[in-house]
Amino acid sequence: MIGDETKPEDFRNKRGGDHSHIKGWGVDRDPKNDPTYPMKHRTDEEIEGYTWERPEQQPVTVEVLKSVERPNIPAVFGNTVPPSGLSGALRRLAFKYSESSYGRWLPLVMADRIGEIEGIFEDLGNGHIPNLFAEHGLKSEWKYNRKNFVLKSAVTAAAIAGAILLFTRKKKD
Amino acid sequence: MNFRGPFRIRADRDRPFPEIEHPEDAIVKVIRSCICGSDLHLYHGLVPDTRVGSTFGHEFIGEIVDVGSSVEKVKVGDRVMVPFNIACGKCAFCKQELYGQCHEANPQSTAAGGIFGYSHTTGGYNGGQAEYVRVPYADVGPTVIPDWMDPDDAVLLTDVVPTGYQAAEMGGIQEGDTVVVFGAGPIGIMAAKCAWLFGAGRVIVIDQLDYRLEFVKEFAQCEVYNFKHLEDPVVFIKKITDSLGADVCIDAVGAEAAGDTMNTMLGRKLLMQGGSTTALHWAINSVKKGGIVSIVGVYGPIDALVPIGNVVNKGITIRASQASVKRLLPKMIEHVKNGIIDPKAMITHRIPLEEVGEGYHIFSKKLDNCIKTVLIPPSA
Ligand SMILES: NC(=O)c1ccc[n+]([C@@H]2O[C@H](COP(=O)([O-])OP(=O)(O)OC[C@H]3O[C@@H](n4cnc5c(N)ncnc54)[C@H](O)[C@@H]3O)[C@@H](O)[C@H]2O)c1
Ligand SMILES: [Zn+2]
Ligand SMILES: [Zn+2]
Repeated sequence: MIGDETKPEDFRNKRGGDHSHIKGWGVDRDPKNDPTYPMKHRTDEEIEGYTWERPEQQPVTVEVLKSVERPNIPAVFGNTVPPSGLSGALRRLAFKYSESSYGRWLPLVMADRIGEIEGIFEDLGNGHIPNLFAEHGLKSEWKYNRKNFVLKSAVTAAAIAGAILLFTRKKKD
Repeated sequence: MNFRGPFRIRADRDRPFPEIEHPEDAIVKVIRSCICGSDLHLYHGLVPDTRVGSTFGHEFIGEIVDVGSSVEKVKVGDRVMVPFNIACGKCAFCKQELYGQCHEANPQSTAAGGIFGYSHTTGGYNGGQAEYVRVPYADVGPTVIPDWMDPDDAVLLTDVVPTGYQAAEMGGIQEGDTVVVFGAGPIGIMAAKCAWLFGAGRVIVIDQLDYRLEFVKEFAQCEVYNFKHLEDPVVFIKKITDSLGADVCIDAVGAEAAGDTMNTMLGRKLLMQGGSTTALHWAINSVKKGGIVSIVGVYGPIDALVPIGNVVNKGITIRASQASVKRLLPKMIEHVKNGIIDPKAMITHRIPLEEVGEGYHIFSKKLDNCIKTVLIPPSA
């Protein structure tokens, strides 16, 4: 059973076994037949398996979500923005699935969208009203793409005006 | 900088100061950082697990201001270039010089290695589009900038130059080969330039932005074509390559490829696949039978549509990777020193870090003939 307590030795690769009972084993061996060359510098290390001397473990002080495809947390990791809120719950759910599954990625995409809304509330909670004009970099749109800027602004203004009209009219009815 | 959601980035003064979290960490005071085509995938919301509150930036240089207890090779005061890959130097993959595939730097994904400022899918690290940044494994990645080197060249050695070089390297280019590079962004420009270093006989670059094609034509002395004016880029490439196809095709576009409505809808708008695969499609279909397709364009972790049947039938070899920056750095430094590569010529925009939102918008929309944007922190 592979669990969080599994040690690197448990992963030692058994590739170096004796295959002399198989007639013709290795007669056509060709170490140069390796399409990953020269990206990969072949060493004996790789045939040993997950047995390298691991760097010291960074202390885990925040919640770190870990791929189910590995037995442990790597020696070093980023500890920024730990999961929180509804988006965090979705992320935790996603990490129950392997990287090979849609169950892993779709909730994360959804969590990212929800995270944006949570971010707006967080900003407002901190008394910060997001300056959307600056965040979207619209100064440069005005400077270098003015036609598009004017067009888009006009469309947005018209949409807002339309919505207000519709809203006020409904109220009257 | 502070990511607040797709297309929303702001410069915040009150970001927490990074701390040493591990004995092999260093804290680097950023001198320059760049915005990369890869950052656009984050900016456009295409990379899963990009959390609001993150700081992007994987291309940066800076001065070391603090080191952990076991750091030996670099010291406070050193000015270093920091490869975009976070690599331990000890795992089986690092030992094979696959520094883009380190196994001790990313809890969230076993497919991807650790990358600075590139979502939790690559490890959840903050990046260098900031004043200060935590740099793990400081004895492995960071490389002291030689005295003679211009900082603008140095910052481009942290990603763009080695990535373009590896794109060409993975093409297995033989003397006289015809190489087609899709994409005339900084990566494609560098790939085209480097294709010659391997002895290419002909280098062709395809993009849709005339100003970039004009630049690469001059910079990499290659042929250029705008695919917007081609009815079918694959047929066109066959026509100009003796009807058999190119020997090597390089995808330097990645997930946000234009040129095919269905792919754009599925990959970029609806996010139903790991990006738009149009350029890769063209690469596979324009290469010769038995040819090589080299992919450095970045795609999401979700499945993406590729004509895999044609790969089999044509007997194509596909080679792909995140660049192994550390492996290539010594050679890249030599090439810059000998004047073979002039990276800083690609820089078109210098933007104060405080205006990072504008920097992203300009690069994303390709306004003002933008090729490469450098961000300068107020304290640099
Ligand atoms: N593998 C790595 O290590 C690595 C490192 C850095 C960047 N990248 C990736 O390389 C890619 C390019 O990066 P960049 O900084 O040059 O980005 P960029 O956005 O500046 O350039 C992309 C270019 O591709 C062009 N393009 C769009 N659709 C095309 C098509 N169908 N055919 C040809 N060209 C097309 C665009 O017009 C643009 O000029 C990105 O996907 C980026 O994520 C990979
Ligand atoms: Zn980059
Ligand atoms: Zn490693």
